[in-house]
Amino acid sequence: MTKVSLTVNGKPVARDVAGGTLLSEFLREDLRLTGTHIGCDTSQCGACVVHVNGKAVKACTTLAASLEGADVTTIEGLANGGLHPMQEAFKEHHGLQCGFCTPGMIMSGVDMVTRYKAEGRELTQEAIRHELEGNICRCTGYHNIVKAVEDAASKM
Amino acid sequence: MYPVSYHKPASVDDAVKALSSGEEAMVLAGGQTLIATMKQHLAAPSDLVDIRGIAELSGIKISGDTLSIGAAMTHAEVAASKDVQKHIPALACLAAGIGDPAVRHMGTLGGSVANNDPAADYPAALLALGATVVTNKREIAADDFFTGLFSTDLEDGEIITRVDFDKTEAAGYAKFAQPASLYALVGVFVAKRGGDVRVAITGAGDDGVFRSEALEAALAKDFSEAAAKGAGVSADNLMSDIHGDADYRAHLIRVMAARAVAGAA
Ligand SMILES: Cc1cc2nc3c(=O)[nH]c(=O)nc-3n(C[C@H](O)[C@H](O)[C@H](O)COP(=O)(O)OP(=O)(O)OC[C@H]3O[C@@H](n4cnc5c(N)ncnc54)[C@H](O)[C@@H]3O)c2cc1C
Ligand code: FES
Ligand code: FES
Repeated sequence: MTKVSLTVNGKPVARDVAGGTLLSEFLREDLRLTGTHIGCDTSQCGACVVHVNGKAVKACTTLAASLEGADVTTIEGLANGGLHPMQEAFKEHHGLQCGFCTPGMIMSGVDMVTRYKAEGRELTQEAIRHELEGNICRCTGYHNIVKAVEDAASKM
Repeated sequence: MYPVSYHKPASVDDAVKALSSGEEAMVLAGGQTLIATMKQHLAAPSDLVDIRGIAELSGIKISGDTLSIGAAMTHAEVAASKDVQKHIPALACLAAGIGDPAVRHMGTLGGSVANNDPAADYPAALLALGATVVTNKREIAADDFFTGLFSTDLEDGEIITRVDFDKTEAAGYAKFAQPASLYALVGVFVAKRGGDVRVAITGAGDDGVFRSEALEAALAKDFSEAAAKGAGVSADNLMSDIHGDADYRAHLIRVMAARAVAGAA
């Protein structure tokens, strides 16, 4: 067992974890934060995307033991009083149907908008589609997801 | 995944010690290949030695004509580095095209090179640029480092600390990505230094990354798109699988080589 102390959605958390515990398991089973979804468990689908120190990563391909001192944000930590502008935009533009991929889409959406703004680059529709390469949706056909991210980008 | 013990040493020496004390200890970098391999039980290390806490393995430096990139630098860090963009722009561009953003935030140069996946991008860059892989024990020329599918010259317990790249006159990379995996169906890296042109191909070889003599000779004579398209690339020793047969790959090699030349800077 490895002792890890980290911050999850702004709150300090300390736990003993087995070396092989995935961040996705840690969030869902130890912390009961089931908003982080597991679609494939093989690093392909992006349903499990969360932020570690402000960067999008796949929680199913990250070891909890490696996160000593890290700052983790999950979909549960995004809303601050009201919905986050990215969540609002997904609702407004009907960027989801079954909603299974949505937590990962939203976390990837926030990540790309933040990154492009920090680098002073324009997040075009084409760039959004490219940036969503690691997030798979079986329902929507992506158009409304792209619209939602574009709209949220103008409000973040 | 089988039970495994996790270690995070702060120095190369401690990492080497941890690697030799475990029954079957393995280096862990970004985990973007190793964790999936462990889930499938294709790897079953007793211990994981996470090298991301070792200061010596991070950072990007230029000294003289040499660009040194720490083994633990992520694909996203390499892609965003002003030094890489200025010194060898094709390398920054290659890193920006690996996988997807979440993979680029975690996956590292050292991990990609040590893994030597036959469809990975970095091996083509190292081979074409004639890079030097620096480990805790020695320096290995890229020509000697990649020894076939998923195999390298690394010994047990040897750790890549950085990779050194010498400046080129012009270099370019073009990849035709397999749309589901995002790996290269064919990737071609060209590097020109005076009359010397080196061309390395990934994704296509039966035995992993390789240099194309036909393209090197054609481009040394005439560094142009037309010369790349007209080169006599043979389908011998190329891979055939459900994504494409050897003839298709041979054709793609010429097309990607022409694009790499067109984009070379
Ligand atoms: C969805 C997806 C898409 C991808 N697409 C691409 C792509 O388009 N192109 C591409 O090239 N790759 C791609 N990859 C692979 C990715 O680049 C990996 O990051 C990389 O292959 C492994 O790097 P890592 O740092 O994650 O290493 P790990 O998974 O941690 O380790 C891989 C291997 O290298 C060894 N190792 C790691 N670091 C060192 C070191 N410093 N010294 C010695 N041995 C070491 C480990 O022991 C292990 O055997 C993709 C991966 C995924 C999940
Ligand atoms: S569950 Fe992590 S990428 Fe699919
Ligand atoms: S909304 Fe159903 S998978 Fe995306």
